[in-house]
Amino acid sequence: MDFNLSEDHQMLADSLRRYLTDNYDIETRNAQVYAEPWHSPETWAGLAEIGIVGAFISEEQGGFGGSAEDVSVIFEEIGRGLCAEPLLGALMGVRLLAGLGRDDLVEAMVAGTARTALAVYEPNVACDLSHLEAKARQDGDDWRLSGRKSAIYGAPGADHLLVAARTEVGIGLFLVNSPELISATMVDGGGVSDLVMDELKAECLSSDCRSELEDALDMGRIALCAEAVGAMAHLIDLTQDYLGQRQQFGRPIASFQALQHRLVDMLVELEQCRSITIAAVAGFGAKDQARNVSMAKNLIGRMGRKISEEAVQMHGGIGMTWEYPGAHYAKRLVMIDHQLGDHNDHVLRLIELGDASQGEAA
Amino acid sequence: MDLEFTSEERAFREEVRAFLKDNLPEELSEKVAAGKELSKEDLLRWQAILHERGWLAATWPEEYGGPGWSAVERHIFAEECALHSAPRLVPFGLNMLGPVLLKFGTEEQRREILPRILDGSDWWCQGYSEPGAGSDLASLKTRAVRDGDHYVVNGQKTWTTLGQHANKIFCLVRTSTEGKPQEGISFLLVDLDTPGVEMRPIRLIEGGHEVNEVFFTDARVPAANLVGEENQGWTIAKYLLTHERTNIAGTGFSIKDMERFHRLAGQITRDSRKIADNPIYAARAAEIEIELEALRITNLRMLANAKGGAAGGIESSMLKLKGTQVRQAIQDLYRSALGPQAAPMADELSENELTVPVEAARAAPAYFNNRKLSIFGGSNEIQRNIVAKELYRR
Ligand SMILES: Cc1cc2nc3c(=O)[nH]c(=O)nc-3n(C[C@H](O)[C@H](O)[C@H](O)COP(=O)(O)OP(=O)(O)OC[C@H]3O[C@@H](n4cnc5c(N)ncnc54)[C@H](O)[C@@H]3O)c2cc1C
Repeated sequence: MDFNLSEDHQMLADSLRRYLTDNYDIETRNAQVYAEPWHSPETWAGLAEIGIVGAFISEEQGGFGGSAEDVSVIFEEIGRGLCAEPLLGALMGVRLLAGLGRDDLVEAMVAGTARTALAVYEPNVACDLSHLEAKARQDGDDWRLSGRKSAIYGAPGADHLLVAARTEVGIGLFLVNSPELISATMVDGGGVSDLVMDELKAECLSSDCRSELEDALDMGRIALCAEAVGAMAHLIDLTQDYLGQRQQFGRPIASFQALQHRLVDMLVELEQCRSITIAAVAGFGAKDQARNVSMAKNLIGRMGRKISEEAVQMHGGIGMTWEYPGAHYAKRLVMIDHQLGDHNDHVLRLIELGDASQGEAA
Repeated sequence: MDLEFTSEERAFREEVRAFLKDNLPEELSEKVAAGKELSKEDLLRWQAILHERGWLAATWPEEYGGPGWSAVERHIFAEECALHSAPRLVPFGLNMLGPVLLKFGTEEQRREILPRILDGSDWWCQGYSEPGAGSDLASLKTRAVRDGDHYVVNGQKTWTTLGQHANKIFCLVRTSTEGKPQEGISFLLVDLDTPGVEMRPIRLIEGGHEVNEVFFTDARVPAANLVGEENQGWTIAKYLLTHERTNIAGTGFSIKDMERFHRLAGQITRDSRKIADNPIYAARAAEIEIELEALRITNLRMLANAKGGAAGGIESSMLKLKGTQVRQAIQDLYRSALGPQAAPMADELSENELTVPVEAARAAPAYFNNRKLSIFGGSNEIQRNIVAKELYRR
């Protein structure tokens, strides 16, 4: 058994952490993520330069990583640094494009010159792709898409949108260039879009790639879990520091057991969240992928909210302010639960997958 | 045992209902229902409507322009206002300074100040907290030094809610450093126009501006603005804290929010199933409703006791604790029910643009903003301390 990071992973984590510490303090971040274009092309280029997008795919595919561990190492740092650059869409997009052999786009993405977002979910769809309604219809050499996509994270300003839609043979994936989007700011920073499609012209990448899509989404969920672990770790550090410094009744509030025990509970939950994420990372590509991913996404969703609420509460008024970095970590932790299926959706998915112990016995 | 309101009380409820139906402007209740920020004009407009009916200052005696209601009537009124999404009444003048002046003020202060609260000429804000004095209020440092017939005030207050609309602030200030810290505090009224008083905004977690910090630099305040005696401020502050607070459990807000949740749950479909039919959401909603119903009865029990003169600080502490927990649980459920649609700050976007129901557009910002409920007015930890202290007093 060895839970330590390999040397390469440690180096990757270190260089990303250094980049974010040097270039991405909270004021810079907040100035970038709450107004159009909701991210910074400069930061994006910086991240590409240290190889972040390339690390999402394997060497054969034109990158230099691609394992679930690569992804989780990166996203844990993204979480710790509260980086709101649209990496999640890039992760899922570049993996799908690489799998479908679109080397031209992959190359541009790895270089940081093209950015994609993934449009799968619809207003009525939370987690389970069987319910997708958007349709694709062949029209000579082109395809036409109809329906509505919503909550497309990181879509504003993306060069390409990968859109999932029903075809006659399954769930296909389509490329839309420079799409017209309805965009808004997210509460936790960054941009999000809806896409209304009425016979929208698109290029077909695959007429059925449901299982590839599921894999990309599961990898996205692992990324979110790892991001949450990084954000939790940092927020707990901030809370611990604050309780130690803040004086009330002539002593640090860290001396009140009512708060000490809660800080300890937060730490225990962090360890649990780290473990369940490791389980999802280890199980990626194996038989229990879906089960492990859903277990992780459920626990992360519940504990992200708990740790967020506890941190704000124990900071008192300071925790409620925009000025205080911890407040933005707290928002991110709650909102991670809203992405790619929340804790309820994933517990339902687990129930549908069946009893875990049966798998063990068989 | 009798869980029913008397026929007079039921008639009173009908009267309040009819009044709200006829007089509460729709633009206002729609804003409240959608969790939107109300402007100063909005708040003053509603206040004027209530004032005209003589219903503005629920806790004041008739002699000073209050309606002379019993505790139960005040409760019914507050609950109906919440159920009809009436704008909340800013409590600082009406429910804090008013009762303080009635109990500790001079007749002159009452005659001069109370009518200006009622007709909206004065907007009061509360200057208790300081950067170094939150839960530990007695450690406050803002100094007021007597100089002839003035006090010279120096220091800083913070978290001043809606101070940006206010022209007056009531403050706890230090007038003595001798004895226990509680013993050197006074209750002082300050005009915000006074030279040397400066207010700066603080932005909250979700981006809104509702609190401020206030700086005092050699601000000269007439000694006549002292309420009660010098160094009596702590007694006054404590009076307010333990003063029976009818709406502290906020059950009206919770009932209303639960109603909104059910409406949303009937509208939103996820993975081909209405949220209302999703067993996880249904179970969670039912559990919260059970707690809310218990709280509603607990509130009534304590109200009935208060009528008999048995109101105590620990009742209001317990009601605050549970009331905020229930309210926050509903906010969480509501935000969560929106799924990925909760992410955008969709304030300015209409129904046809993003897919969020207009009413629900502010679910996430409202959830984050309402984390304050368990922090201000004495945090939930402090409420627990108060109850525990009382339990082991003997
Ligand atoms: C939105 C908002 C509006 C407000 N409006 C006003 C206003 O209009 N006027 C005004 O004067 N004030 C106002 N306040 C201030 C509010 O009353 C204080 O924030 C509150 O009393 C807590 O103080 P603090 O923020 O300094 O936290 P601290 O006192 O520093 O507390 C930090 C944490 O430690 C806990 N803690 C502290 N002491 C103990 C203890 N002995 N045992 C266990 N736990 C403890 C607290 O519960 C909290 O979780 C407002 C605050 C907010 C957030």
